[in-house]
Amino acid sequence: MTRRVRLALFLASAVGLAVVLGFALAGLPGFDADLGRYASFVASHAVSQRRGTNSVVDVAFDYRAIDTLAEELMIFVAAVGAAVLLAHARDESDEGQAADLEALRAPSTSDLLRTFGPGLAAVAIVLGVYIVTHGHLSPGGGFQGGVILSTALVLVFVAGRTLAAARTRPLAPLEVAEAVGAAGFALIGLGGLVFASVFFENFLPLGTKGSLLSAGTIPLSNVAVGIEVAGAFALVFAELVDQMVLGRGGDT
Amino acid sequence: MSAPALVVAAWLLLVGLYGVVTSRNLVHLVLCLGVAQASTYVLLLAVGYRQGAQAPIFSDIPTSAPVVDPVVQALTLTDVVVEATVSALLLALAVQTRKRFGTVDPDEIGELHG
Repeated sequence: MTRRVRLALFLASAVGLAVVLGFALAGLPGFDADLGRYASFVASHAVSQRRGTNSVVDVAFDYRAIDTLAEELMIFVAAVGAAVLLAHARDESDEGQAADLEALRAPSTSDLLRTFGPGLAAVAIVLGVYIVTHGHLSPGGGFQGGVILSTALVLVFVAGRTLAAARTRPLAPLEVAEAVGAAGFALIGLGGLVFASVFFENFLPLGTKGSLLSAGTIPLSNVAVGIEVAGAFALVFAELVDQMVLGRGGDT
Repeated sequence: MSAPALVVAAWLLLVGLYGVVTSRNLVHLVLCLGVAQASTYVLLLAVGYRQGAQAPIFSDIPTSAPVVDPVVQALTLTDVVVEATVSALLLALAVQTRKRFGTVDPDEIGELHG
């Protein structure tokens, strides 16, 4: 199929899709309609039932925690898949070149970046931990905080003198963190099954609304997911940095 | 009026698909897929938005206050995470493709092995 035929085919079907999409979107409720029944129930009862003031997190980590488990396993599988694919690519490369990796210098690390990178990494870690642990109270949660935590590692990469040193590329601990986080979240679900006979039932004391230790299992789930997401994203970053290093080594 | 948000959602989907169909580079293709997927964020948030309502965080507003739909926001969270992981996996595949075929143009890969 030539490019022109493909483009024509796409344009024809895109017009059809646009028409159908227009009909579908025209049937959606407007901004002045009432919320759906499920949404208004959650909005008015989440805080009194679960004591977590962030009702989005109440939905994600309590009412629909089983969906979040599937989503979290998806991250786990995707990160492992990316790591396997990229590690495979690494093994195919020249062995002698791999031996030089420890000495490979970052190409354009300025003194400024090298000075402030570690400091910014510390800030990223504090912010990430805050976002993870306060997810049930204020905007945030395990996913958002986990991504912020993984940026700390990226900052260490870009500020580092060597790109491929084992110390800034702790692949094994990252894999462990990812697995521990994923297993921890699944265990919290199993805990509901054991202590309250329903999978992902909130089996811990709910505490007072607005305090850090409240909302039962929700903060624990946030911490587990935060560890898992931080590990998964950092693992993908680390593997992609490896590719960058190997690619440049191959070119010169 | 919810029309502008919905038009943006439809436009992002179509323009992202156009990019995927016409792409000459696998990395560019992954980014176009991200654009197409961004339409679902706009759509979900537009479905949940209500005029004059606040964010569904009840730390400093009463539970009786009008808020936007918290359920679609949780769905959007899922959506963002899925997009990020799918991109990571596809980019890893693009790296492998470059290693194996020496090109990241989807058409050339098809010519060699079609």
